[in-house]
Parts: sequence; C-alpha cells; structure tokens
Amino acid sequence: MSKRPQDETTNPRKQPRLAMSTPKSTIALGLEGSANKLGIGLIRHTPGQPAEVLSNIRHTFVSPPGEGFLPKDVALHHRSWIVPLIKRALSESGTKVADIDCICYTKGPGMGAPLQSVAVAARALSLLWKKPLVGVNHCVGHIEMGREITGADNPVVLYVSGGNTQVIAYAAQRYRIFGEALDIAVGNCLDRFARTLQISNDPAPGYNIEQMAKLGKNLLDLPYTVKGMDCSFSGILASVDQLANQLLTGKPKPLMNVEGTEVVTREDLCFTLQETVFSMLVEITERAMAHVGSSQVLIVGGVGCNERLQEMMGLMARDRGGSVYATDERFCIDNGIMIAHAGLLAHKQGFETTLEESTCTQRFRTDEVLVNWRD
Amino acid sequence: MAATEAPRELIKQGAEALVYKTTYLLPTIPALLKHRPRKPYRHPTLDLRLTKHRCLSETRLLTRCRGLGIPVPAVYFVDEARGEIYMEWISGRSIREVLDAMIAEGRKEEVNDLMKKMGQVVAKLHQNDIVHGDLTTSNVMVRGERKSGLLAGATMEKVDAEVVLIDLGLGMMSTQEEDKAVDLYVLERAFLSTHPQAEDLFQDVLTAYEGSFKGAKAVMKRLADVRMRGRKRSMLG
Repeated sequence: MSKRPQDETTNPRKQPRLAMSTPKSTIALGLEGSANKLGIGLIRHTPGQPAEVLSNIRHTFVSPPGEGFLPKDVALHHRSWIVPLIKRALSESGTKVADIDCICYTKGPGMGAPLQSVAVAARALSLLWKKPLVGVNHCVGHIEMGREITGADNPVVLYVSGGNTQVIAYAAQRYRIFGEALDIAVGNCLDRFARTLQISNDPAPGYNIEQMAKLGKNLLDLPYTVKGMDCSFSGILASVDQLANQLLTGKPKPLMNVEGTEVVTREDLCFTLQETVFSMLVEITERAMAHVGSSQVLIVGGVGCNERLQEMMGLMARDRGGSVYATDERFCIDNGIMIAHAGLLAHKQGFETTLEESTCTQRFRTDEVLVNWRD
Repeated sequence: MAATEAPRELIKQGAEALVYKTTYLLPTIPALLKHRPRKPYRHPTLDLRLTKHRCLSETRLLTRCRGLGIPVPAVYFVDEARGEIYMEWISGRSIREVLDAMIAEGRKEEVNDLMKKMGQVVAKLHQNDIVHGDLTTSNVMVRGERKSGLLAGATMEKVDAEVVLIDLGLGMMSTQEEDKAVDLYVLERAFLSTHPQAEDLFQDVLTAYEGSFKGAKAVMKRLADVRMRGRKRSMLG
C-alpha cells in the first residue's frame, strides 16, 4: 500500500553522483518555519534525474502537555535556531555557498510571527550571498515533494496538517481545491484534543494519539460532518472534549461505552476520534476521486504520516482499483526540503521574488500559485 | 429473498452509492435502486449509523418534495439497514443530454420553455427551504411521458417536457440564502462548463427563478457574492 521512501543511502531512486559538478544541475536552499518546526533543506535538480536530497534537517519547538505553541515563542525559537541549522546543513552536505542557485522560503500560509522570522533570515542571506529569493506556497511545497518522493504522477492530493485540510487535484496549471475543512484543520482538532487529555506534545500530539488509539476498542458516537467534498471539525472537537472532561472528572457520571457495559478509557477516546475524522477525510477524498476520475491518491502534511489514515485510504483506493501514495515523517511533517524543491521548480521557470516583494502572508490559497512547471 | 430477487443492471457508480435499474414488486414495474454499500475502511458501527442516517434523510427529503408537488422520483421502499432505496424509474434523459440535442437541432422555443421550467422547479424547492446540495445538469431529468397508476390498468401518457429533480443524497433543509445561492452557483457552473452558449440560457433560468417566489431577490443578491469568491467561503477576516 503506502510507498515509503527508504533510507537515503539505499534509496534506489537516488542516482550515482555523476552530475556532481556539471553546470546543468541546480541547487536550492529551502527555509521553512510556518508553524512550530524550523526546517532547512538543500536539494539538487539535475535534468533527467530524480531530485537529490543533500540535506534535510529540522528542529521542533515542543510545548509542555496541555499547552499549544504561541506565535511569539515559536518565532523566538526559529530566530535562535536558524543560523546553527543552516550552518549544519551546509557543512553536513559539503555544499559550498557558491553552488547554491537560489534561496527559497515559505511565503505562507502559516503563523505570522514565525513566518516573518524565517523571511528575515532568507532576505539577509540573499543580500549577503547575492542569491535570488523565491517565495514558496507551503501547500504547493508539500504536494510537489510528495509527488517527487512517491513518483505519483497525477494524483488527487489529500493535504492534512495542523493548519490545513484540503482535497486538491491538478487542472490547467493550478492545484485546485475540491474540498476543504470549513472551520478548523483536522490536525488542529487532534492537537487541541490532546491538550484536553494532557497528552504529551513530544514528538507530536498526533503521534501520541495514534499510539494510544491502537489500544482503544470502544467506539463512541461523535458528530460526523461531511458536506459534499467539504467537512468541519469544530463540532467534533467540542463533543469529544466534553466526553474527555466527563472521563477525567467522572461527572455527572462515569463515561461508559454505548452498550453501557464498560468504562471508557482515554485510549477509547483517541480511537473514536481517529476513526471518525479519518473516515470523513477518506470519504471526501473518494468523492473527489470519483469526480475527477482518478484512482491515485497522495497523502501529504503532518497528519499524513498517521498509519491508520494511510491504511483506511488504502482500503478505499483498493476498492476503486487504485493505490495510495504516502511518505514518512521526513517529508510529511513540515520540512525545508519541500520548500527548496518547489522553489527550485518555479525558479527554473524564471520565477524570482524581488527583495521588495519578499513578504510573507498568513493567508495564501493553494490555487493562487501558477504551476507552470507542469503541463 | 435472494431466489426471487429481481435482476438489476448497474447504471452508475458514484463515490457513495451504486445505482441500478431493476424492477419493484412486479417485473412490469421498472424501478431505480440506490444502494449504499458497506465501506471497508469505516468502523462497522459508524458505517451502519451513517448508511442508516443517509438513507432515511434522503427518503425524508424525497417524500417531502413529493408532498409539496416538487417533481422528484416517488419512493417505493427503503431498507436502511442494507442501505437500499427503491424509487420510481424516471424515463427520460438528463437535461444535459437533452439540451445538447435541442441546441444542435436549433429548437430555440423548446429550450426556452425548458429553462423556464427549471427555474420554477428550483424556486419551488428553495421556497420550501429545501436545498438540493448537488444541483448539476446531470441531476435534472426531462421526461416526456408519465405512467398513470402503478399496477393493472397503468397507462403511459405523453406529457409536455417535464423537469424532474433526482439525487437528493446531499440535500438538506435550510433557510439560509447562502445555501440556496450555492445551489444556483453549482448549477451555473455546470451549465457554463458543458454548454457553450450557456450564459444566455442560464439567464432564462434565473429570470424564471426570480419571478417565482418572494425570497428569490435576496438569494440572487447572495449569488453575486458567491460568484465573486467561488463556492468556498473566503478565509479572509
């Protein structure tokens, strides 16, 4: 089912370094910091060959259990880590500054303060090294990296993370949004539920929910809010939070399963929440696939590394005679390499962000980007 | 049941349901069967709950429309545990196909008449606070004949092209102008994407719609907003 990239040293897609210093190959530095992860990536494109990951490192701001991450704290984290991280990426990969063709940074969407910290760093490097800047749409970064790693040619894309929930398909040089969450993102729903249950944010709340859900077996009733190809999660969050509070306090009475035979556990709640929201995601994806007549589906974004979601998507795709493509945490979770990759694709088409235009924005729709590197 | 089950022929496979042509009670009564199959990816409890809920709510909407005199297929039988709805077979073609033929043959009068009827039917739906949810030109049928009576003595009679709404699987009750405007917008997009001269045609639909009920003006105003931003609400502000 899911195609996982293998370890970089054994990756069969990685070609021998024949093109090492031929002038045709291009290298981009990618800086990503739209949420609580700061990612630095170095990628090399050589015509006729798969993209080569030179470096892909990340440092995550982790908040204590019960708390989310505040923009000002995350911005401070990014500011303190960006210089050492870029230095490490350069030295580990043995890349010389002179070899870099462009500096790509996340223009949006994301949290304002963290985006700004990274944009400042990108501008500074651009001036210091005299390299062109490329502002990248975060969502397009995820999609392009997913396509490159999995080899999925023209899939319906489910992009699920802490800030975004979209079902996307490509048509006429745009990634068009067929369905999306109308209120909060699915990852946000999971993260906030984790806070209510005081589940650890290390390495990620969603990861810990996934592990706990494996031990759950009682399915409770939650709202199921799908409308055509759209969905919403805030009502589900309110409901499951209410159940969580009942479970924690035992008031007004202990939380029992639907049959009334067993006391519900924290694991059961994680299981219930996952089964419900993932069913919704698979359903809207299936509807989009039926609509555009595609049998390939690619899952990207932080929530996309959840193996239960991948499994459910696989069952659906199998019924439609298709397959699911997914990547692991190196490429699913926010990273610098995807920004470098998408930025380099645009840069090779002649795209450049001037210093005056090198702003960032919290709202930047996926379909605003002209995808002129695809036919 | 299995031994006497009527033969069925699959005519459409959507994301959610399989649609068959079959018969109901007697081999002489054609029927449409909408079957929502089990989804293996879904937890069985959740699957059963959703299938039941969707079958019953679609049926409820269909019978409500029927009661209000809005032309929709009559519901014959529902087995919500199996996810099956048997309903009236509408003999005819989708408005999408009919329009193509009419335009090709230059039957302007009939086209205008059809557009007017369509506007009126959608208006009647919205006037009663029912929203179709997936109002495309494939989900509007045109029938030229109707069966009077079901059993013995049933006769087919010719009628003037009659517009029938099908597939209320995404339908809902709503008093909101937004929802109604989105219905119109989806219809407009369906028109524009399949029929080259559609802009004028759709204007006829809207004119008929606007003249048909009191709240129509407000919905039309909302439609202008929806057109500006697309179907999705803009996340700005």
